[in-house]
Amino acid sequence: MHIFFAMAPLNTPDGFGIWVGAFFTLCILSFLYKDNPFFRFAESIFAGCSLGYYIGNTFSQTIVPNVLEPLVHDGHTPFISWGWWVLVIPIIIGVNLYTRYIPKIAWVARFSLAIYVGYYAALEMMLKLQGEVLPQSADTIISLVPRGTPMIDWFTSIVVMIGVLCVLVYFFFSAEHKGVLGGVSKVGVWFLMISFGAAFAYTIMGRISILIGRVVFLMGDWLGYGA
Amino acid sequence: MSFIPRSALSKVLVAAPFLLQASSALAQEEEVIGWGIVSDNVAALILFTLFSGVVLYQIGQARRGKELFIRRIAGLNAVEEAIGRSTELGRKVMFVPGIGTVGEVETLSALSVLKHVAKHCAEYGTPLEVPNKDPLTYAAAREAVKEAYLEAGRPDLFNEEMVPYLTYDQFAFTAQVTGKMVREKPAANFLIGSFFAESLLLAEAGQSTGAIQIAGTAQVAQLPFFVTTCDYTLIGEELYAASAYLSKDPVMLGCIKGQDIVKAIVLLWIVIGILVLSATGSTIMQDLLNSSLGN
Repeated sequence: MHIFFAMAPLNTPDGFGIWVGAFFTLCILSFLYKDNPFFRFAESIFAGCSLGYYIGNTFSQTIVPNVLEPLVHDGHTPFISWGWWVLVIPIIIGVNLYTRYIPKIAWVARFSLAIYVGYYAALEMMLKLQGEVLPQSADTIISLVPRGTPMIDWFTSIVVMIGVLCVLVYFFFSAEHKGVLGGVSKVGVWFLMISFGAAFAYTIMGRISILIGRVVFLMGDWLGYGA
Repeated sequence: MSFIPRSALSKVLVAAPFLLQASSALAQEEEVIGWGIVSDNVAALILFTLFSGVVLYQIGQARRGKELFIRRIAGLNAVEEAIGRSTELGRKVMFVPGIGTVGEVETLSALSVLKHVAKHCAEYGTPLEVPNKDPLTYAAAREAVKEAYLEAGRPDLFNEEMVPYLTYDQFAFTAQVTGKMVREKPAANFLIGSFFAESLLLAEAGQSTGAIQIAGTAQVAQLPFFVTTCDYTLIGEELYAASAYLSKDPVMLGCIKGQDIVKAIVLLWIVIGILVLSATGSTIMQDLLNSSLGN
């Protein structure tokens, strides 16, 4: 069996990009040994580049198509057309955030924050109610008598039902967890811990696949192992 | 949120988006039965009104001076212990308010806890650092810390560099925070807010430095990582109850009491639904819930 390496060429744009990627990958992985100048260098480059990229990206993908272009090209009559106000009001709210840099009127920025917080809190409230609370409550209502459902499905449903009820009891805050309430909430904690264990294992599998992806990049794309 | 001014105008500004959002959510379906209310969403409207009514009633009770109890939450009892340890060791406290936006409920709760932590840091003269990923959370966090230092009577100790903005990229932010944890070795790390794939990286780095760690999130997928690597973890709704627990503010306690009653109503509904279904085979209780989803 022939094992050979064909490293990415440095004299082509793609090859150079692979070398840069490999260098930074190794710099970041060096943190596993301990903090060192290579890691600090990669960390600073990563943070600086990503911040610059996001500023450019937000300007070209959000501000230009959603604010500047409609304001200039959609033919709105300033102060008169409704569309103009629809654009200008959010601009004012956004720009208002920057008043915090002017000490005398810094408090004005709080209005924008309040609008933002209020809007998203309301949005989340409806999403949680309709997307999580009600569907889960409906799905927890199952018959204690198996009516034609396979035994294993029925048993799983019963376990889920007990779990939901006990975990719900654990999250009661206005009563001391003693007696029956304490016992039920303890069962709820067990359900939580078992579900955390399962979630932990599931996520670790995902992380290992990310690591495999990096190793494949280093071994295949960079070192050309087996190419 | 104390950084929101309490003038009448600010109340109107805060309430308006709630109303607009609620009405737009109700107006998603086609059949409108009047006042912009859609037939399929009537049950949701009733539940929304009922739940809000219960919470508002309890807040009213608390305002009238009714004593309200809230059970012990271990992670929150350890907050002062963690700050005290940092003070003794002469090292800083690091508070990461997650990577979510300020519109997320978890982030709002995290900011409440941040304010409490900052107040104690100001009282003890302990250095504090609050690195941020989201620009709006950054603005709110800086405001909260500044206010906490003012309330503690130590505005001279507040420095804007205590609340730095790092970057918007999730993993660049993580690399910077883990680097800071390893280099500056804070004695206490608070990882409270909305966390995603970076949770284990941050908690692991903090754990390797021997810092006392208190974490809290409602992201179910990230909770196992915090449970395994942190000294204390606020699980899901414990985080939402944190601000009431720490401040003992009667209005917030009333809110928690109201939410508990709502939970009891849901629990009772499920139990009755199970009994009705088991005894008669009727799915009426399920159907009522499903109808509120427009099914």
